[in-house]
Amino acid sequence: MRTSNNSLSNRKLLVMGIFIAVGVIYLIRLFSLQVLDKHYKQLADNNALRFVTQYPARGKVYDRNGNLLVFNEAVYDLMVIPKQAMKKDTLNPFDTVVFCHLLEIDKASFIERMNKAKKESYLKPSPFMTQVSKENYAHIAEVLYRFPGFYFQTRTVRHYPNAIAAHTLGDIGEISAKELEKDKEEENYYRQGDYIGKSGIEKSYEKELRGVKGLKVMMVDVHNREMGSFMDGELDKEPVAGKDIYLGLDSELQAYGEKLMVGKIGSIVAVEPSTGQILAFVTSPTYDPNLLVGRERGQHYKELQADPMKPLINRAISGTYPPGSTFKTVVGLIAMQSGSITPATCFHCSGTGSLPIKCTHSHGSSPDFANAIMNSCNPYFYESFKATINNPKFGGIKEGYQYWKEMTYKMGLGRKFDTDIPYERKGNIPDREYYDKMYNGQWNSVTIRSLGIGQGEVLVTPLQLCNIAALIANEGYYYPPHLIKCFGDSTAIPEVMTTKVDPGIDPKYVRTMKNGLRTVFSGPAGTARRYELKDIPQCGKTGTAQNPHGNYHSNFIAFAPVDNPKIALAVIIENGGYGATWAAPIASLMIEKYIRGYTVREDLEKRMMEGRISYKNER
Amino acid sequence: MNERNSIIGKIDWLTIFLYLALVIIGWFSIFSAKYDEMHPSIFDLSQVYGKQLIWIGASLLIGFIILLIDAKFFNAFSLWIYFFFLASLFVVLVYGKATKGATSWIDLGAGVKFQPSEFAKMGTALALAGYLGRLDVDLQKRKNQIVAALLVLAPMALVLLQNDTGSAIVFVSFIFVLYREGFPGTGLVMVGGVAAILLFVLTLVWNQTVMYIILGSLLVLTLTYYLITKKKGIVKMLAVFAVMFAFVFSVDYAFNKVLQEHQRNRILVLLGQLDDPQGVGYNVHQSKIAIGSGGFTGKGFLQGTQTKYDFVPEQHTDFIFCTVGEEGGFLGTAIVVLLYISLLIRIIILAERQRSTFSRVYGYSIAGILFVHVAINIGMAIGLVPVIGIPLPFLSYGGSSMLAFTMMLAIFVKQDANRLNIL
Repeated sequence: MRTSNNSLSNRKLLVMGIFIAVGVIYLIRLFSLQVLDKHYKQLADNNALRFVTQYPARGKVYDRNGNLLVFNEAVYDLMVIPKQAMKKDTLNPFDTVVFCHLLEIDKASFIERMNKAKKESYLKPSPFMTQVSKENYAHIAEVLYRFPGFYFQTRTVRHYPNAIAAHTLGDIGEISAKELEKDKEEENYYRQGDYIGKSGIEKSYEKELRGVKGLKVMMVDVHNREMGSFMDGELDKEPVAGKDIYLGLDSELQAYGEKLMVGKIGSIVAVEPSTGQILAFVTSPTYDPNLLVGRERGQHYKELQADPMKPLINRAISGTYPPGSTFKTVVGLIAMQSGSITPATCFHCSGTGSLPIKCTHSHGSSPDFANAIMNSCNPYFYESFKATINNPKFGGIKEGYQYWKEMTYKMGLGRKFDTDIPYERKGNIPDREYYDKMYNGQWNSVTIRSLGIGQGEVLVTPLQLCNIAALIANEGYYYPPHLIKCFGDSTAIPEVMTTKVDPGIDPKYVRTMKNGLRTVFSGPAGTARRYELKDIPQCGKTGTAQNPHGNYHSNFIAFAPVDNPKIALAVIIENGGYGATWAAPIASLMIEKYIRGYTVREDLEKRMMEGRISYKNER
Repeated sequence: MNERNSIIGKIDWLTIFLYLALVIIGWFSIFSAKYDEMHPSIFDLSQVYGKQLIWIGASLLIGFIILLIDAKFFNAFSLWIYFFFLASLFVVLVYGKATKGATSWIDLGAGVKFQPSEFAKMGTALALAGYLGRLDVDLQKRKNQIVAALLVLAPMALVLLQNDTGSAIVFVSFIFVLYREGFPGTGLVMVGGVAAILLFVLTLVWNQTVMYIILGSLLVLTLTYYLITKKKGIVKMLAVFAVMFAFVFSVDYAFNKVLQEHQRNRILVLLGQLDDPQGVGYNVHQSKIAIGSGGFTGKGFLQGTQTKYDFVPEQHTDFIFCTVGEEGGFLGTAIVVLLYISLLIRIIILAERQRSTFSRVYGYSIAGILFVHVAINIGMAIGLVPVIGIPLPFLSYGGSSMLAFTMMLAIFVKQDANRLNIL
């Protein structure tokens, strides 16, 4: 053993030899890398690298006819790398006074901005002042070489040539801490100071519109001058421009609608029934979308927020209103479909003496369905509602109500469409549990009678109401209402928007309803007969809704022409009084404008545009 | 008290000094790599450099405790320790599958994670030492050879199953100890392997002509030596040189004619000969810029620009050598390389003076492990070795590796201090 161990002991030499050999090779390599080779020194020694984000052009937005709604304008962000800016340089001391003067800020603001940048990163660039205008940019850029650590980064802001559809188009703004946090977990795409869609289609199509950021790696010398691209641009990444978007919106109709709504609070929503594309999405009061752009965005936003008329609210989706008599369409359709009434069914009406709901219109005492719709007979639709939920085939009033509620849901009420419109509200169609709780389980058709005429707990958004009009126009189905028409590169739009929804109402009943709605314009007692147009057969239904805010809301749903309707819409004018006073003529003018391209009823148009409704209460 | 005093007198202070020097260089390098002006204190426990201090403290404490434990403990329990870490590798494997993909960590809760593969190397060294130290074991016997090989291959396979290729490669280091203990064939594999790798890499990094010149000069020197000393075996030596020339020739031929372009590029990228800015080549390129820009004396402590801009990912763990190179220059890197070589040589010298086979085998094992770690890690940073993510012993940030390497070394120092007590 001992001898063999001795001979084995010599093996230590080879092991040590290998250790030393590798060590020597490494030392040689290090010497050549660090001392002999000047190449790496040049790459790194006096040159710092600057990673300049290349912002892609955000996609443009057009209306259905190719008219430009949103485009980009160049602005300049002043960036700072705190470490370079804070570096003590005795030859060229950083002149804060001159610098502040140049940027038109005071010293406190300078310190605050610098601290914010430092907090973000000491070594990486952060925005110091965003969206410097073109004029200021030229002025500052000339002398920027005196201030190491600062440089400009180009970016674009949104511009709206027509200043319409502010809520629909939405806006972009600096990403918030909360959004940043969320993105970190999902995509990790955004950095502090990046812009992101905050509302409207800017929000719903953020990913498509924004494109993909690129990167340019620049070498920068000690004097803050860019010395060219690093590694011949091998690390650079070209930005990918965002997709353009074509909306279903008709900008002329939208502008016209906004003019009609001046001086009134409310909303107009118009869709193309055959596609579900929104033609006009008016909420009033509105604002100029160009206000929420650029450096004054925050200030303007605060002002708009403080406005008692609340112009920032998109009433077309966030306003929930009692539909009033426009809801009789829904009640009537469900009553017919459930077999609870037929078009020939008559109910007795004693006018203002009717119980439990009085009638507000004077007409024959026992109307059939067609007459009831034309005259908007309250007792008729209360009886229809009662007949539906009391229908013995459901085996109980609560089960009957359950069916009724499910049908309204299928028709798009009490729910969101979840297409491409952010911040939709659901409205309200109560659950049976709600009534069970409210009335201790003791309720019947009389207790909830208001639902039959679109009052009480029932609340709808103008968008939902417009969808009811589209459903009747299409004789039984609808496409979920949405804003987009197509992408500029013709990639497919989400399937939910092109999928037909059929709530399961027999087209023959919807046709009966359609004929009834036609008589609202054409009939001798039709509530909108004054707005009948000879060459455009319109259908509609007025609503005059009681509400807790004062005078009645003036509501109207309509579509035209009666065969192959091109447009369906809902109009709600808060506290406008009777449906026929404001909402019906405005709807009719919108129809005329869209189908004819111009209007002939100048007096009516003038009266509507110049009409003002006085609002005492804050909204 | 008496026992402790005798320990202090017997331990090898040179090893301790080399160890502490490396640990301190590592700590300051981590501080510099991760320096944050908002947290300018090296003791700031919210930063990685503060945390590393905790790991260093814990390692010193455990190392100290090991020095107090009876030296025979590690021999007696070597198999138990081995199986404990083998079992924990199993746990990681099962646990790792339950979470997602491959992971080599066990979460102990409270933010403390533990990487068994770092400790498994030590366990394997102990088990191999325990086994080869048995009087009835002779590496010339086939049965004993198989057991010895299995002791190394079992943990290696488990680590490979975790997808931790880097740590698995480290187990190759046991070839040094097996060679030393006379495992047949290991010498040829080792020398042949090292030579082949060296010749292959050097031929591609420098080029064929340079290699012919180097080999030619070596041949002339060898021939002169043989002619002067009139030693035998000149024919054998000539055959070796013939093989080397043929290899260098075929490297070039195989590389340029047999391999396809994308395969060629991949090898060149791994060798840092070609820049692949999007992939692994980017790290190597940035690492080389950082080290290369250090010059002879370096940019000075905390003055590095390249490592601080996050150009080099993993700069405080696997690429810590960049910081040494940029801020310490060639002086710094040479000192670190020499410290490592000194430590390795010292361990071999200490191992050879052991009376017990257990201690010697253990010493060779840990020298091999340290060597492979150092060679791969530094080689990667200077573009001589493909990017393999394993830590630089005593320098890289990380609790598991700091603890494991310290324990590994402390056990050996204890064995050495105890060597005279073995008859």
